[in-house]
Amino acid sequence: MAYRGLNEFGAPEMTFQEKILQLNWLLFLMILAVAGVGFVMLYSAANGDLDPWASRQMVRFGVGAVAMIIVALIDIRTLLRFSYLIYFGALGLLIAVEFMGFVGMGAQRWIDLKFFQLQPSEVMKVALVLALARYFHGLTLEDVGRPSYLLIPLAMVAAPVLLILRQPDLGTAIMLVGGAGVIFFLAGVRIWKFLVVIAGILGSLPFAWSMLRDYQKQRILTFLDPERDPLGAGYHIMQAKIATGSGGLTGRGFMNGTQSHLNFLPEKQTDFIFTMLAEEFGLIGGCLLLALYGLIMLYGLIIAVRARSQYGRLVGMGVTTTFSLYVFINVAMVLGLIPVVGVPLPLISYGGTAMMTVMIAFGLLMNTYVHRELRIGRRWYDPLS
Amino acid sequence: MKPDRTRSKIFTRRAAFLTAGKMALLGGLGGRMYYLQVVESERYKVLAEENRINFRLIAPPRGFVVDRNGDFLAINIQNYQVILIREQAKDVEAVLGRLSQVIELEEHDIARVLRESKRRRGFVPITVRDNLSWEEVSSIGLNGPDLPGVNIEVGQSRHYPYGSDMAHVVGYVSSVTQEDLTDDPLLELPGFQIGKNGIEKQYDLALRGRGGTSEVEVNALGRVIQEVRRNEGKTGEEVRLTLDMRLQQMIGNRIKDERAASVVVMEAATGAVRAITSTPSYDPNAFSAGLSTAQWNELVNNPYAPLTNKAIAGQYAPGSTFKIAVALAAMENGISVDHSVFCPGHMELGDRRFHCWKRYGHGHMALIESIRESCDIWFYDVARRIGVDKIAEAARKLGLGGVTGIDLRGEKGGLIPTKKWKREKRGQPWHMGESLVVGIGQGYVLATPLQLAVMTARVVNGGYAVNPYLRMRVDPTTGQMTDMPEVPPEKLDIRPDILETLLESMDAVVNDPKGTAKKARIEEEGLEMGGKTGTAQVRRITTAERQTGVRKSEELQWRLRDHALFVGYAPVHNPRFVVSVVVEHGGSGSGSAAPIARDVLLETQRLLAGQDTALLTGEGP
Repeated sequence: MAYRGLNEFGAPEMTFQEKILQLNWLLFLMILAVAGVGFVMLYSAANGDLDPWASRQMVRFGVGAVAMIIVALIDIRTLLRFSYLIYFGALGLLIAVEFMGFVGMGAQRWIDLKFFQLQPSEVMKVALVLALARYFHGLTLEDVGRPSYLLIPLAMVAAPVLLILRQPDLGTAIMLVGGAGVIFFLAGVRIWKFLVVIAGILGSLPFAWSMLRDYQKQRILTFLDPERDPLGAGYHIMQAKIATGSGGLTGRGFMNGTQSHLNFLPEKQTDFIFTMLAEEFGLIGGCLLLALYGLIMLYGLIIAVRARSQYGRLVGMGVTTTFSLYVFINVAMVLGLIPVVGVPLPLISYGGTAMMTVMIAFGLLMNTYVHRELRIGRRWYDPLS
Repeated sequence: MKPDRTRSKIFTRRAAFLTAGKMALLGGLGGRMYYLQVVESERYKVLAEENRINFRLIAPPRGFVVDRNGDFLAINIQNYQVILIREQAKDVEAVLGRLSQVIELEEHDIARVLRESKRRRGFVPITVRDNLSWEEVSSIGLNGPDLPGVNIEVGQSRHYPYGSDMAHVVGYVSSVTQEDLTDDPLLELPGFQIGKNGIEKQYDLALRGRGGTSEVEVNALGRVIQEVRRNEGKTGEEVRLTLDMRLQQMIGNRIKDERAASVVVMEAATGAVRAITSTPSYDPNAFSAGLSTAQWNELVNNPYAPLTNKAIAGQYAPGSTFKIAVALAAMENGISVDHSVFCPGHMELGDRRFHCWKRYGHGHMALIESIRESCDIWFYDVARRIGVDKIAEAARKLGLGGVTGIDLRGEKGGLIPTKKWKREKRGQPWHMGESLVVGIGQGYVLATPLQLAVMTARVVNGGYAVNPYLRMRVDPTTGQMTDMPEVPPEKLDIRPDILETLLESMDAVVNDPKGTAKKARIEEEGLEMGGKTGTAQVRRITTAERQTGVRKSEELQWRLRDHALFVGYAPVHNPRFVVSVVVEHGGSGSGSAAPIARDVLLETQRLLAGQDTALLTGEGP
């Protein structure tokens, strides 16, 4: 590859055209394949109609794809420079919806931007990754080893998590903690420290339990024993299991799922869409989709380890993990392995907010790919260095 | 660059480890899917099917009850109901308001519909009112555009065209109660009614039929998407009775002025019942429409017991009609037809005096005369000679002392006392005086009107042990309906000359100028009847009363008057029908029961003549 120039570390600078050429179309193809599965399922969910879900979802995907490419083309150093700003912006929005009354119904705390609803908690999923990546980018391994250096990033995690738990949105809070934990781990924080934190979390469970809203307690209790309330809260879990189980090996066939088409399956176009797929396409269909998700996760790893900057590596692996957490939590939830926490299946569930978050996350992953050769000094931006 | 290389190495190692963990998680999810979709799949397939398919029971139309000529005794009529579907009505209150201007609606009905419409799902129909008249149905139709969501539905309800004339036989239907529940799911259908009395109860299973099912696919809200399969079930069978409605109505009219009476008409040779009437009666239609508490209390507290079918459940002292059985016992136990007893009007036994109904006595009496004139002294004498156990034996032979087994619920068995019975039930020895009283059908002896009819039939049909029944059956050889019994009645072990003597005696009761029922004689040639009167005391007559002369029944309070009984048959020389009449507190058998029997037997034969002229012209062509 011919590069026009080198920066102060000897890495080549790229032109706009070169960046376009560097966009990872294989990744995009995989994303498109998963989104395509989503369109098909939404078409089926509407009993064979593009309206009301499939067509809108396509438009959203299109907008998301454009956003992804724009994000991918932004200079990674600009991203690095603005990481904290984005984080504090997201935190500000979170505080705004929490205290200044953009309050919708119950847990729906969003800002209506006409075209889609901006949920600060969703923005935070990406912003926290960026901010932590920037923080750890600036630390040496020895710094990471010092507990005092971990206080700031822990605070950066704790602030949004507490705000979101207050909302309350357990699913997002778990995703934030999980995503942040992964960055700590990748940055080289000692394993025993994780063990200490996990022990701490287990110790504070009784306190967390008291923080939960009644319906969340119900969900957890019902999850532990669905027979407890087969017509109430246990209904969703039971019906989802019935739908999945009755799909069998090969499924009931496209648009032939009785559980979903007769509306026994709750939220079939949003959180429980994987169940519908499992009912109509069986074990084979479900496993193929999981394999597709697995490929994206592997590819995310390949992109991340090839990045020459710690920031790029952490961002790439961070967003891949955020995406993976969506998949794990959603699928485990609809298969009855964990309580129903309201996390959508990325790229497939109907809904604009998650689609936007995931596409921007992929934009960041693609950004680290585009800028993989760029080395960035630990303190290149620091006016004192 | 060195520190960054270490960082990078740690990152790569940990990222690879992390991704391996992700793959393991995906594998775990796949395993979970394998468990649900392969291992447990069958179970969930069944559950999905149970979710999807709703079984709906379809109530079969209840079978009709008809008389021997096909006249309808119990039918189903269409019951028009007005229903409301909320999601079509939108504003339920406004629609109900407009509806109440079209048809009459009660305040509480409106309140109930409003309450239900809030509770039920929008597509569930709610019954606003039932039993609409045709005018109301058509005015709702005319106002259709103003009444969105209002529909007319046709249900079925039980109707008895002859009302109270048939109530005691046909019975009635009513709602299912907790005790009625069996494993038949039909019983759990809302609004389903089952037989609660009479034929409706006796043949309830046949009349009910078998419920059909409709398998419908429903969505999660229970809305029907489509019908998948339908099984029509089985309509209830028609039950055809041996009764003749015309005769039944005639009897009803004939005895309607009596406060409490009952009549049974039976074919002597078969036991096929032609009519069973009991008065007073009640309106069975009120039961299927739902009885109010006030109406029910009135029926239960009525002193004349309208709910009781007295023909099968009324147990009376048979009085002198029982002398037929005692005469049979006499002849079977060595007492000759010529056995003569002098009747001075009373008889002494120990320090007790037993009276004949005729104060100054009958003079010399033999068997035939003593039946003809109903002399009590002759029967006291015979009872004393043969004892109560021989009488009981003969009475049982004629069908007394136990239920006849008629296919009607609520039959009572009467009572024929024996020495053993008294020892076991009362713990007392039998006294000779009691035998004397049994000899004239009083004391412990009890019989139902139906049993008395059976007794008469067994004597006049040549000694065959007929049993009464009400349902006609299909003859397996011809495929036609027949009123012949399934098993021909057995011949009783009674000597023909004894039967002939009894027939001669009963002929004399009616057709001899000295007979007790001579005033009730049938004049029409070929239609004459024979029979036996009976007057059963319901109180003890005191010695003081005897001296001043027994008061006439008419002077007594109704409750204290004697029961009037009559058993009869016709035609006298070729007995075909038997009749049994009991008029409670009717005064005397000859005065009030025999005339009823005469009219009933006459009408029975006249009705038959319409179909079977052979009887009138003798042997036929």
